[in-house]
Amino acid sequence: MNDMVRIQLQVNGANVEGTVEPRLTLADFLREHLDLTGTHLGCEHGVCGACTVLLNGDSVRACLMFAVQVDGADVVTVEGLAPEGALTDLQANFRRHHALQCGFCTPGMLTTAHAFLRECPCPSREEVREAISGNLCRCTGYIPIVDAILATAEARNDGGAQGAGEPK
Amino acid sequence: MKPPRFDYEAPASLEEALQRLRESGDDARVLAGGQSLIPALNLRLANPGRLLDLRRITSLRGIRRLPSGALAAGAMTRHADFERDPLMQRHLPIVPAVMRRVAHPQIRNRGTIGGSLAHADPAAEWPALCMALDATIVVASASAERRIPAAEFPLGVYTTALRPGELIREIEFPAWPATRRWGFEEVSRRLGDFAITGAMCTLDIDANQRCTAARCVIFAASERPQLVAAAAELVGGPVTEDAVARVAKAARHSISPLSDHHASAEYRLELVETMTARVLKQAAAMAAPTQESIR
Ligand SMILES: Cc1cc2nc3c(=O)[nH]c(=O)nc-3n(C[C@H](O)[C@H](O)[C@H](O)COP(=O)(O)OP(=O)(O)OC[C@H]3O[C@@H](n4cnc5c(N)ncnc54)[C@H](O)[C@@H]3O)c2cc1C
Ligand code: FES
Ligand code: FES
Repeated sequence: MNDMVRIQLQVNGANVEGTVEPRLTLADFLREHLDLTGTHLGCEHGVCGACTVLLNGDSVRACLMFAVQVDGADVVTVEGLAPEGALTDLQANFRRHHALQCGFCTPGMLTTAHAFLRECPCPSREEVREAISGNLCRCTGYIPIVDAILATAEARNDGGAQGAGEPK
Repeated sequence: MKPPRFDYEAPASLEEALQRLRESGDDARVLAGGQSLIPALNLRLANPGRLLDLRRITSLRGIRRLPSGALAAGAMTRHADFERDPLMQRHLPIVPAVMRRVAHPQIRNRGTIGGSLAHADPAAEWPALCMALDATIVVASASAERRIPAAEFPLGVYTTALRPGELIREIEFPAWPATRRWGFEEVSRRLGDFAITGAMCTLDIDANQRCTAARCVIFAASERPQLVAAAAELVGGPVTEDAVARVAKAARHSISPLSDHHASAEYRLELVETMTARVLKQAAAMAAPTQESIR
């Protein structure tokens, strides 16, 4: 039992290899093995959304996956959304609209919103609310977060910098 | 909260998975989307010696249309796949609508129909939806295959008709007639939370406004989803306000709800009556689908 397993995957565009116990969650692999501590852990049973990352482009809970399950896959964390030292349009809008206070929920909000806007580029306010229904925020009351996401969609639709939102 | 230790294998084929399942007996659990099993492991509510991950078995994934017009979906098809699938949108429009109320987008991107049916949470949408659609659950073991009507699949809270060594392979949904309309509603504390109580129905209404078939299911009220037997009374005539009220009252009297920390049994009884009436009215008021929109 409990043999170590070798895995190989793409994380934020780079090839990554690791040797892991099967019970190691993807969230712990990212945080502890790769030192990508942007992915936050709140509840570890799928409720809070702080651990949300992109798996082959889809938003998923990193606490409800094992690292062995992502062998061969493509993972993007909040660190991979923007080029080093810069902010994406979405991140800049979070700042502009005061969509973060303590910032604990922010990585999950950003990865969720990032995947959502790719799938639904012209959302209604209601659709944005629905999209982040699985992410808990204790600080902001959500309204600024919804504003930030809507502002990003609107700017992109007005011919703004679409490419800035893509992971590297 | 960290999961206990287990052996992990991801068999490449269904045959291999079934063989391993047979050899491992009670010690093994299959892993599908992990959206119920991994929380249970993280909370140390489950402690299997071995996990057989079904993720590499491509034959268990995808939705196809059979020559009969029925749709078949592999057990590993994700909730999000049903939400987006053009075949579902066109031929079983109730399915994408109900999927939008299953958990949150990130969970729908992982959770599967097979996992939801096997988990058999009384508040889950899939077991009720499969009942409403009169679906057949195809289960396989190393030695045989069985077809189980959806209404006979959930036996109680977290218990199903699955036997040791069996897994769900596929779900078949009978063709949706051109005359069919539907209704769906659930009450939950927050969008994406499990329902406190829900109802869904299908009504077939012919060109003379006569109801020719009716199915209504209540879920998240008792140990398993339940068909409302009284819905049969709607068949043969127009769906009037009076008839709907009678069926809703009968639904209330046919159910013994649970009390838990979400709601009392009395509150759930109120919901059962109200929601049965609402979904039947929704379906009756829905514009008749045209032949064109269905085919
Ligand atoms: C925060 C949160 C909210 C949720 N809200 C809802 C909700 O509102 N409505 C809802 O319906 N669900 C909800 N869920 C549950 C979700 O839908 C799960 O995805 C689903 O119940 C289980 O599917 P899975 O594929 O993830 O299965 P897993 O978690 O992998 O497995 C669940 C069980 O089924 C068994 N199993 C899996 N596949 C098979 C198979 N093919 N044959 C036999 N046995 C199998 C496993 O061994 C395990 O015992 C929620 C989950 C979370 C974490
Ligand atoms: S830590 Fe993953 S959802 Fe809360
Ligand atoms: S900013 Fe503090 S939890 Fe959201």
